[in-house]
Amino acid sequence: MTIGQMMEILDADIICCEHMTGTAIHRGCGSDMMSEVLAFAKDQAVLLTGLINPQVVRTAEMLDMLCIVFVRGKNPTEAIIELAKEKGICLLHTDYTMFTACGLLYEKGLRGADAENE
Amino acid sequence: MRKMSSPLKLHYDVPGNDFARAGEASSSIKNTLKQLGFPPVVVRRVAISLYEGEINMVIHAGGGVIDAVIEPERIELTLSDKGPGIADIALAMQEGYSTAPAHIRDLGFGAGMGLPNMKEYADEVLVNSVIGEGTTVKLIVKV
Repeated sequence: MTIGQMMEILDADIICCEHMTGTAIHRGCGSDMMSEVLAFAKDQAVLLTGLINPQVVRTAEMLDMLCIVFVRGKNPTEAIIELAKEKGICLLHTDYTMFTACGLLYEKGLRGADAENE
Repeated sequence: MRKMSSPLKLHYDVPGNDFARAGEASSSIKNTLKQLGFPPVVVRRVAISLYEGEINMVIHAGGGVIDAVIEPERIELTLSDKGPGIADIALAMQEGYSTAPAHIRDLGFGAGMGLPNMKEYADEVLVNSVIGEGTTVKLIVKV
């Protein structure tokens, strides 16, 4: 699915890097613990999180992730937005909870790091 | 990959009182490796293992320094601090064991995965620590 399709599925707003809505997303990860995200690094293209601090963008950068979705209606700070723009990482936010947001994406075919290659 | 006539040496100071800036050294080294043409999988392994080490220095040791030596066949990273030291290195290497204060968990770390992640992604992890004096972690990633 693309970032644009993810926005529709999650009823999400885009915060920055609007030019990336056509970018394809192949894998997902949902967590508020960044070391857990780093531990299960695969070709995960989108990170769903409720954590609001710049290390979310750093973690995504280290893993070459393309998009971060802030769940539970969380809004990133200006510092986070500027860092994401600098690193070319698209930011979205949705009012859905982590569980629901991950479930909606899974229902539409997005898989996590532990899925067999599809 | 770009030809290197001699090892590239880089040095970074990691401030300890600014969690928001943690990761800048890892980001810079990652970009350097990409520009030099190292394989993406090697760049990612270096980035993750180094980033975990950099975060550890900020959380536990009040910051420190990072020195990188980049050669075509291997990347060596040395993280040195003057923090409190690690009392039991073997215990610290266990997944889930953490001495991080509670507020660090609110920041998304402190799960006890830092050293285990470094061991997972680097080919060699060498830890030397003296209580009350500091810690040196050497990471070697082979290309």
